[in-house]
Amino acid sequence: MKFGVIIFPGSNCDHDCYYAVKEVLGKPVEFIWHQDTALKGFDAVILPGGFSYGDYLRTGALAKFSPVMREVKGFADKGGLVIGICNGFQILTESGMLPGALMRNVTRKYICKYLQLSTETTNSPFTNQLQKGQLLNIPIGHGDGNYFADGETLKRLNGEDQVVFRYHGENPNGSLESIAGILNAGRNVLGMMPHPDRSSEQILGSTDGKQIFESMVNALAGAGR
Amino acid sequence: MKAIVIVTLKPTVLDPQGITIQRSVQSMGLSEVVDVRQGKTFDVVLADGVPTDKGKEVVQKLAKEVLTNPVIEEFRIEWEQK
Repeated sequence: MKFGVIIFPGSNCDHDCYYAVKEVLGKPVEFIWHQDTALKGFDAVILPGGFSYGDYLRTGALAKFSPVMREVKGFADKGGLVIGICNGFQILTESGMLPGALMRNVTRKYICKYLQLSTETTNSPFTNQLQKGQLLNIPIGHGDGNYFADGETLKRLNGEDQVVFRYHGENPNGSLESIAGILNAGRNVLGMMPHPDRSSEQILGSTDGKQIFESMVNALAGAGR
Repeated sequence: MKAIVIVTLKPTVLDPQGITIQRSVQSMGLSEVVDVRQGKTFDVVLADGVPTDKGKEVVQKLAKEVLTNPVIEEFRIEWEQK
């Protein structure tokens, strides 16, 4: 079982993700440079948070042209696990790997704080260790987390059980139906604005994020990885 | 050839920045301003000698696939005459 963490120019949570996998989960992990053109031997790929390409044009819009993204798409098409956190989620929507878009927070402010998420589905390789409705204490840190999708897409996301997390209580950014994280149709690609990498150790205030990574480990182990 | 690509949010998408500008200018006394929508413009210069048809095709592709996020934005292209 091997995890990979992609480094885009401007990623700044790459080391947080690497640390969470290596030190907290105790699983093998390697960095992947954004110009790499092969993803060999990886079982799960993490697109970390940050400000890839300085958020120029639109958040995540230029990272989709990094050579490694073609590989990530191919990897996901073959069923590989991909999780995009914060800027990683923005990159996945801009790349067309997840539906919808992440717009400027409705408050027009960057928001960095702990809040509660409710677990909307356990039918995914990212939430199999959670209970439906379970509340998770996981922080956000973003200026563009206001999820938007057209009515038809939203209907499909709800109908196909692709909404994984919603903000519980306060909706911090104006996100449609308080959506905080969604799956692709194949259920092997997750995008979420909150940071499980910043909530995997008690010293950071919560270990709830760790359960998402542990679900991935569980899914991979079940598949013989 | 030079094109100006104007990217705006779709009319159905809320524009918090535009709303803030509209509200803020009320304190300047510009009560005539009832709506502001914020967008972006891109000045795109093509190499000399590119045929007009090809140039239009290239700028269309750039605007559609790069400069605009079709989920939330739309664009229009204006051509600058030499």
